[in-house]
Amino acid sequence: MSDILAQLTGVSRIYQKGKEKVEVLHQLDLEIPDGDFVAIMGPSGSGKTTLLNLLGGLDKPTAGTVNVGGAELSSMSNNQLSRWRSNHVGFIFQFYNLLPVLTAHRNVELPLLLTNFSAKERAKRASIALDIVGLADRAKHYPRELSGGQEQRVAIARAIVSDPSLLLCDEPTGDLDRDTADEILRLLQVLNREHGKTIVMVTHDAQAAEFAKRTLHCDKGTLEAKEAA
Amino acid sequence: MKYFRLIWKNAWRKKVRTSLTILSVFVAFLLFALLSAIGFAFRGGVDVADAERLVVIHKVSLINPLPMSYLNRIAATDGVASVTHASWFGGYYQEPRNQFGQFPVDPDTYFAMYPELQIAEERLKAFKRNRTGAVVGQELAKQFGWEVGDRIPIQATIWSRTDGERTWEFDLEGIFSTDDPRGSTAYMLFQYDFFEEARAFGKGTAGWYILRVANGADPVQVAKTVDLQFANSPNETKTSTEAAFAQSFMKQFGNIALIVMLILGAVFFTLLLVSGNTMSQSVRERISELAVLKTVGFGDRTVLGIVLSESILIMLMGGLLGLGLGWLIVQGLAKQMGAFLPGVFLSPGAIATGIAMMVGAGVLAGIFPAVKAMRLSIIDALARA
Repeated sequence: MSDILAQLTGVSRIYQKGKEKVEVLHQLDLEIPDGDFVAIMGPSGSGKTTLLNLLGGLDKPTAGTVNVGGAELSSMSNNQLSRWRSNHVGFIFQFYNLLPVLTAHRNVELPLLLTNFSAKERAKRASIALDIVGLADRAKHYPRELSGGQEQRVAIARAIVSDPSLLLCDEPTGDLDRDTADEILRLLQVLNREHGKTIVMVTHDAQAAEFAKRTLHCDKGTLEAKEAA
Repeated sequence: MKYFRLIWKNAWRKKVRTSLTILSVFVAFLLFALLSAIGFAFRGGVDVADAERLVVIHKVSLINPLPMSYLNRIAATDGVASVTHASWFGGYYQEPRNQFGQFPVDPDTYFAMYPELQIAEERLKAFKRNRTGAVVGQELAKQFGWEVGDRIPIQATIWSRTDGERTWEFDLEGIFSTDDPRGSTAYMLFQYDFFEEARAFGKGTAGWYILRVANGADPVQVAKTVDLQFANSPNETKTSTEAAFAQSFMKQFGNIALIVMLILGAVFFTLLLVSGNTMSQSVRERISELAVLKTVGFGDRTVLGIVLSESILIMLMGGLLGLGLGWLIVQGLAKQMGAFLPGVFLSPGAIATGIAMMVGAGVLAGIFPAVKAMRLSIIDALARA
């Protein structure tokens, strides 16, 4: 594989819960090469989502550094992180998290509102993203008019519309049946192989992890590599 | 503007709730429009007052008349350029609800004192020639459909005639207008000489005097000099500017400005509670959506702006509708009540104040939920979702 896109060095994350301190990640080191598709598995509370949040600039480490695409996230302000996220990372959630008041097209267009693109350009890019996920014909549908799988495809279109290099997926198939889950995972593979997106996917599902190029196991705040898929 | 669709869609997320909130804003601003217009009518005399004119009234009360002999003494006072007088007649036309101002005046000096009153020269001459003649403002003529040549019976509520009759008949000789758009013309002027001759009591008196201050003279000093020369007499005077006179006239009806302010204060306080509650609920319901916005890169200030704009939008929707309907009603009211309460008018200043209040109320109602949305922790919100 090629250059390193994301690098975590000596990362610890400690949360204060009442009077107690809980160390979720312990001096963790991780390198994610550009173009990688990595699945992170592990039991609940093992630190998977925290790791994802750190990679996405949603959280900051208590110790250590997080570097993604040359940007040192741990030293950025909240506003800088917001701007960075809008340009460099796409998020895909378990429960899709689409805005129910907007159509599929408008949901996909949402991240582009933060750019200086004209309305026409935004519409064009949103249409392309919907086309990539195979939902061009559902552009005017509201989330309530879509199936779970279709909602997740819209969420994926929203994640890729601003052409980020990194996609972070938190249990993207956790709310879907097996067949639909496989469709979504194949779509992620296409995005990884044909569009060059680097994907980090947290999952409980061993079958889902098989779609990734490699799997890491997270337990008690540390990572352990498993054999490649 | 690119966020407008998002703001608009969020505002209408719960149609019934938003409609009810808009309805309450609508009612508040409808009330604001009506009360502002009525307040303007009561304040009207103050706004059009001329600083060069002073009004001399009885020190005890406006109701007490002053001796006619004061006219020459006031005219001879240093700093007085000219003087005229007027009295309150207090009658109605046909029915008691048709009340408006009628004033017996000296036509020569009165029209000279009020150059803003415009009347055709031949009509003014005809008025001066006819002892039972009268002139009315165009607002009044329009309301009652009067034309020059009409005979107008006025039923007196104070002044009976020497023959015991309470009906006074006047020949309409002219219709006057004013070049000041804020000034009312909903009143009638008739000959003092006729009034003086025909009234059963109170002869030799006038209600009040109006004087014009000579060029270069100090109005404050002139007022003092006038009052001083009648000090310690049975009819002491109080000389003030037209504005102060209009205000003291207004106070006969109570402190309208305070009443209007108290009503509006109560309405807007309630409005803030209602709309603030709506916005808080609306933000609570979409914590996870706000977290998603922040996740995809919407900054804290952008989120704050979106929530605040939503609150302002709701206020503007209800407020502009209320102000619009209020404006229409005020147009109708001005026609219906023109004679009884002239100058009912929704001024551009009141409209601008209304719009500023909509934005202000929107900010106040939305600021707490907006700050809450701004400070939202993405991780906590997504975990809760």
